[in-house]
Amino acid sequence: MDQFILQILNGLDKGSAYALIALGLTLIFGTLGVVNFAHGALFMLGAFVAVTVSNILTLSHKVVDETRTDFLGNPLQVDVPYLYDWFGQTAGDAIIDWAVPISIIIAIPIMVAIGFIMERGLIKHFYKRPHADQILVTFGLAIVIQEIVKYFYGANPIPTPAPEAFVGSFDFGVAFGFDPNAIIYPYWRLVYFFFSIFIIGAVFAFLQFTTFGMVVRAGMADRETVGILGIDIDKRFTIMFGIAAAVAGLAGVMYAPINSPNYHMGMDFLVLSFVVVVVGGMGSLPGAVAAGFLLGILESFASMSAVIDILPGINQIIIYLVAIIILLTRPRGLMGRKGVMEE
Amino acid sequence: MSKSNFSRRGVLKTGMVASAGLALPQYLRADAHAGFTNAPGDSEVILGFNVPQTGPYADEGADELRAYELAVEHLNGGGDGGMMPTFSSQALDGTGILGREVKYVTGDTQTKSDAARASARSMIEKDGAVMITGGSSSGVAVAVQALCQEAGIIFMAGLTHSNDTTGKDKRANGFRHFFNSYMSGAALAPVLEAAYGNNRKAYHLTADYNWGYTTQEAVQSSTEAMGWETVNTVLTPLTQTDFSSYIAPVLNSGADVLVLNHYGGNMVNSLTNAVQFGLREAQANGQNFEIVVPLYSRLMAKGAGANVKGIFGSTNWHWSLQDAGSQAFVRSFGTKYGFPPSQAAHTCYVQTLLYADAVTRAGSFNPCAVVEALEDFEFDGLGNGPTLYRGEDHQCFKDVLVVKGKENPDNEFDLLEIVEVTPAAQVTYPADHPQFAGGALGTCNPGA
Repeated sequence: MDQFILQILNGLDKGSAYALIALGLTLIFGTLGVVNFAHGALFMLGAFVAVTVSNILTLSHKVVDETRTDFLGNPLQVDVPYLYDWFGQTAGDAIIDWAVPISIIIAIPIMVAIGFIMERGLIKHFYKRPHADQILVTFGLAIVIQEIVKYFYGANPIPTPAPEAFVGSFDFGVAFGFDPNAIIYPYWRLVYFFFSIFIIGAVFAFLQFTTFGMVVRAGMADRETVGILGIDIDKRFTIMFGIAAAVAGLAGVMYAPINSPNYHMGMDFLVLSFVVVVVGGMGSLPGAVAAGFLLGILESFASMSAVIDILPGINQIIIYLVAIIILLTRPRGLMGRKGVMEE
Repeated sequence: MSKSNFSRRGVLKTGMVASAGLALPQYLRADAHAGFTNAPGDSEVILGFNVPQTGPYADEGADELRAYELAVEHLNGGGDGGMMPTFSSQALDGTGILGREVKYVTGDTQTKSDAARASARSMIEKDGAVMITGGSSSGVAVAVQALCQEAGIIFMAGLTHSNDTTGKDKRANGFRHFFNSYMSGAALAPVLEAAYGNNRKAYHLTADYNWGYTTQEAVQSSTEAMGWETVNTVLTPLTQTDFSSYIAPVLNSGADVLVLNHYGGNMVNSLTNAVQFGLREAQANGQNFEIVVPLYSRLMAKGAGANVKGIFGSTNWHWSLQDAGSQAFVRSFGTKYGFPPSQAAHTCYVQTLLYADAVTRAGSFNPCAVVEALEDFEFDGLGNGPTLYRGEDHQCFKDVLVVKGKENPDNEFDLLEIVEVTPAAQVTYPADHPQFAGGALGTCNPGA
């Protein structure tokens, strides 16, 4: 029982990341009809916003410490962050410690701007082109973005820890009457799960309860009719692209403490997120979220050694196996709408 | 009056023969008179540096390339000479190799076997490289080593840790200076026993590819020999990024030690996840829970940040070693580039000097002469103490470092501290050891 609960918890945080990326993907597909293979790169850029903010907060000047030597035997030059000079060491350390949460605020305008530039600068020229062209150009764009990131940040992962207050793990086992250590779960992954629920809820609320969202939903259902009514739907869809980029970016920012960011982390998530979108149903927002959590949980269960002992290799294929079964039995995915990607 | 004998058919025939001749790989035609592939001319010799310049190991590859450039500079008489003055063999004199200026070409392995073979082939066939060296993966090393054997080229392996490189996949034209999985297990076991006792239960997470298997086998057999029990071994996909679902069940498995047979990004992520799940602070079987990383790399440890603190592992070399050779290399590399070299840089630099030295002692670039000069060659002064290049499998036998993540690092390079320098005798094994079974060295191939 404890293993069952443990793997559900594991699946929830993994599913959170899938759901957030897939939500943005399907939002872009539902509004603009574009299959955006650069969406994983937006997730990665979000994580690197956290890295950059962390780097900026630790910008330092050198102070020579005569009592110690560096690797060449010269007096050691110690890096002292400017924040120490301005706010004192205690306050400076506290600010540096909260680099990732601070990055959330900074990432929103940056990611919206990146999304806007990406859509206006490149993707809009491919709206009327076949999906194959869109996939090729966005995939190429993703590679360009990751090579740019690699140029500036290197190929190695860069540790970006969570605030000290969220380091460590919570013993669910003790809290719910199981043995100690039976169900351990890191605090930051809990934060990630609740954060993703909040973001998903905010996106749905925005689309459901605002006039802007109503127009966007109308545009998704019947773009031409909305256009005939004199509404500039393209402009709203561009804004939605920016919002989708911000969602992916925020998913990346919050993911940075879970796994140290590296330039190809977007690609690691991209294929899985596409499978999530297809399983959920192309263009279906609730489908993307549901499929994200479903596949995250299934992937966790498939990684249990008891399962692998019975079905060796199942951990490597479970997501694709589920995708095949869903597409054979429900060709439009779990919540896909008729007519989407069927022309 | 002359009569032309040209005919359309004749011109076509001649053209085809000429084209075929030009299209022949250089190593099949050039300098065949010398009796070996890519025999250099009188003025220069070309070495081929095949390192990952793109992909996840690009930073390690960049460090390898820096070391190679430094080695070439020193061989040609530039800089401070690096390890050449401390090298026990004093055959090298800074005038290139056998009086020829050393030049080099580079290839990008991308850490993919097929790409690595293609770049090595290109350097051999198009650029005339007489020796290929480098790499940051055992899969790549085995693939390129086999290619060099076929082509009649010496391969001086870079960073490759799998037993198979000098085990079942060994080749007469290939040489490895880097240590291997067996040596990691043999060096780590006594240190782990001293630190954690012999009543331990280990849980292995192992990367699902060749290096992972040999490392798990080596560590498992060494730790079981001292009394540890292995409670579970789980293979993890090489492409895995989030290891939470593999790590979460560990605490409740009856194990009190987690062995992460992972390298590179896998190691960074699995170690980070293990620390997140509270394994460092946990208790199991009445003891502190412990984590072990059999193969450390400073470049990769940097990615895991503070999570490496207090965690044992092994490494081939570390810049903080105090012997004259290591200090000379660190000074030379650090002065040129501004930071200390990695273990990958060290092994690549040393391999280049060893090759140049072997050619010089042999008095020939002929691969078979080089093989003869390197086999059972004993040397010192290159950073790992007295070392033997064993003739039976072309594996170097030298001291191995057991290291631990440093608790209070002084700077960004000061991540690992040396816990023990395990003497070569303790990590030496017979050439027919079961972990190295299969395959045969064969005979050297001079090519041409």
